[in-house]
Amino acid sequence: MSTTTVAHHDEHTDHPTGIMRWLTTTNHKDIGTMYLTFSLIMFLVGGSMILGIRAELFQPGLQLMNPDFFNQLIGVHALIMIFAALMPAATGFANWMIPLQIGAPDMALPRLNNWGFWLLPPSAILLTLPFTLALFGIGDGALATGWTFYPPLSIQGGIGVDFAIFAVHLLGISSVLGSINIIVTLFNMRAPGMTLMKMPMFAWGWLITAFLLIATIPVLAGAVTMLLTDRHFGTHFFDAAGGGDPIMFQHLFWFFGHPEVYILLLPVWGFIPQILQTFSRKPMYGYKAQVYSLIAIGAMSIIVWAHHFFTAGMPVPALLYFMYSTMAISLPLAVLFFCWIKTMWRGSMSFETPMLFTVGWIILFGIGGLTGLVLADVAADAQYHNSYFVVAHFHYTLFAGGIMGIMAGVYYWLPKMTGHMYNEKLGQLHFWLTAISFNLTFIPQFFLGLAGMPRRIPDYALQFAEFNMISSISAFVLGLSQLIFVYNIISTARGGKKATDQVWEGAEGLEWTLSSPPPYHSFSEQPTVK
Amino acid sequence: MTTHSNNHYYVPHGALYPVTISAGLLALASGFIFSVATDTNKDLAYLQTPGKWMMYIGAAIIILMTFKWLSAVVIESITGQYKKWEDKSFRIGMIAFICSELAFFAAFFGALFYMRIISVPDLASFDPLFTPYKDFLGTWPSVGPGGVVLGTEYTPAKLTPMGAWGLPAINTALLLTSGATITWAHWGLLKDNRKQLVFGLFLTVALGTAFLVCQAFEYHEAYTHMGLTLGSGAYGATFFMLTGFHGFHVTLGTIMLIVILLRSMKGHFSAKNHFGFEGVAWYWHFVDVVWLGLFIFVYWL
Repeated sequence: MSTTTVAHHDEHTDHPTGIMRWLTTTNHKDIGTMYLTFSLIMFLVGGSMILGIRAELFQPGLQLMNPDFFNQLIGVHALIMIFAALMPAATGFANWMIPLQIGAPDMALPRLNNWGFWLLPPSAILLTLPFTLALFGIGDGALATGWTFYPPLSIQGGIGVDFAIFAVHLLGISSVLGSINIIVTLFNMRAPGMTLMKMPMFAWGWLITAFLLIATIPVLAGAVTMLLTDRHFGTHFFDAAGGGDPIMFQHLFWFFGHPEVYILLLPVWGFIPQILQTFSRKPMYGYKAQVYSLIAIGAMSIIVWAHHFFTAGMPVPALLYFMYSTMAISLPLAVLFFCWIKTMWRGSMSFETPMLFTVGWIILFGIGGLTGLVLADVAADAQYHNSYFVVAHFHYTLFAGGIMGIMAGVYYWLPKMTGHMYNEKLGQLHFWLTAISFNLTFIPQFFLGLAGMPRRIPDYALQFAEFNMISSISAFVLGLSQLIFVYNIISTARGGKKATDQVWEGAEGLEWTLSSPPPYHSFSEQPTVK
Repeated sequence: MTTHSNNHYYVPHGALYPVTISAGLLALASGFIFSVATDTNKDLAYLQTPGKWMMYIGAAIIILMTFKWLSAVVIESITGQYKKWEDKSFRIGMIAFICSELAFFAAFFGALFYMRIISVPDLASFDPLFTPYKDFLGTWPSVGPGGVVLGTEYTPAKLTPMGAWGLPAINTALLLTSGATITWAHWGLLKDNRKQLVFGLFLTVALGTAFLVCQAFEYHEAYTHMGLTLGSGAYGATFFMLTGFHGFHVTLGTIMLIVILLRSMKGHFSAKNHFGFEGVAWYWHFVDVVWLGLFIFVYWL
């Protein structure tokens, strides 16, 4: 039997080369590589935008740009980082690792998988095109509403808003396609013997993410469609004159927007325990407890959205409900933290770069979670809302909790993907520079927020000057130290010390049984899991 | 997993369809934006014509490529590449896709409920001494209290709301019957009764088309005689967006049914292997269910 299978596969191995390989590929590893590369490029694009903003905020007064352009940079920075950097990175890992981890020959719907990726470059073009058009005198630049599109500002905006609306549509289609593919793969392609409760944690994290995406991304699509018809076809969804309500948009948007936070984090919570068990050289603690917590967090994330706009006005019982339900999410999250720490407890630990990032991640993401509890308090939120405290909080969750987690994953799996070990010294340097400059960038922003500096302003009062200066300088250090990351990835991809199949001494799981890099078709014959 | 066919999963060869469709979507989206750019900026009126052409080209690319992509899949299916394992993938994938479609409609139903229960009554419940909306009652159907919208005065027009027991009731009957006829066709397929399959599908297509004709007539009535337009405040917006998106899905469903009908006439599908048929049938039932929601909450209550 095995001979026929192998022979059949070899027909497909003569895939096209050059650009056609990447345009037409149905191979999960090729598509995963494209996702990850795209994500890295967009991470640098979005990052340079925010460096422009930090340069403007270096001192009070307007130096570099007009306020409108400042607002455009802020909105596009957020959209790029969320939709074009973090989400594709997680999808890239899913494409690369889920078939390897569950012993599948490929993703279940390979052509759809290809489409899922190739929707991303057009959306990136849609997001950034308005800047270019403005240079040629067409329109007035990108959307200046922030990434949240709140009306009435977004209804008054120029063509930049329309471009962003369609970019969100395409990104949404891409995410839904990716989710469908992952759900099908996980339900239908697992190796014989791998029950759901034996699935790797990363697969669990992504399964719940995929469900969340399918439930919420279409709602965002609906909301921005209403925005579009309000802008161009005379509907009154968000206008009181016609019986609509701008606050309705906030409800619809955050019905998507809050689960989106977990969409960005759940995949990371999936592979973090795997990294921890590898470098602690002992099995993951509380597998079942972690799975149930992930499910609980996913379910609860859909019903807490209104804490993003407590100050917009709602009845007191609604305020109380959204406050308590939001705080209740910290319970399953605390279970996860406990399991992560207990996995390391009395382990035979070593601190290679992935582990450094993971341990740093636990601490920094913990700060993000705790400051979130503060914001969930209705009374306290009246002061913190829309201040730099919020900015610092969600950068602790999304930069530390999201991107630094992704970086841990990159260092962890890069030897498996490329077949070469990365430069450990540079990796560690990258970690320490990132962790320190990240904290120096965002800790001052907590204080700025507490002192009353609002977010999304290009100019500020004089008493905020010192903290902003520290934050700006550190932001540039943070940005430049990512070049080490880029250099390390490129040089690892091009060569270096050969990686063994297992790569890490304590690594367990099906992906480590294959060669590094794995063959073009991973499991031509499905392994059996006991 | 003892035999070759059970153990081997068919990974299709690469194709340019997806990336070309994406390019078509890019042209369609940016073309649309250019064609309506004059709404927000009068200086951009010169973009209107090129924008329209971009839209047409984009739409043509998308339709052509979708057709080619699906025909490639059909060929793979009739040459026997898809076995049980692949079939199950398609089924799970279709269920997940329909769930995402339900979530899309949920957004518009959510908007309808929000306006009916929260925003419209709220606008009528301000303190009488201070309210800017003195004679506004806040009852449904509502076109809103009126006021200035982005610098232009919006005066709510009088309209007759769409009653439930005329055309909409007929439409309900049409769609429910079509759900029954497609199930009857499915029974025919399971019994290998090709005549029953083809006739059942033909009836379903006819009922779907009749539904679309009725709906077009209803829209025409609304615009010409009832003063009900997309710009008629909360009622007009939710009415046309919900029924419009539903109608769009019925159109897609009917096109899919026609394809399935033609394939059935060519002798495709067997009692054991007919995901293509079932996927379309599921989609058709989903469209049916959404319509029931529309009938109850948009027309009736």
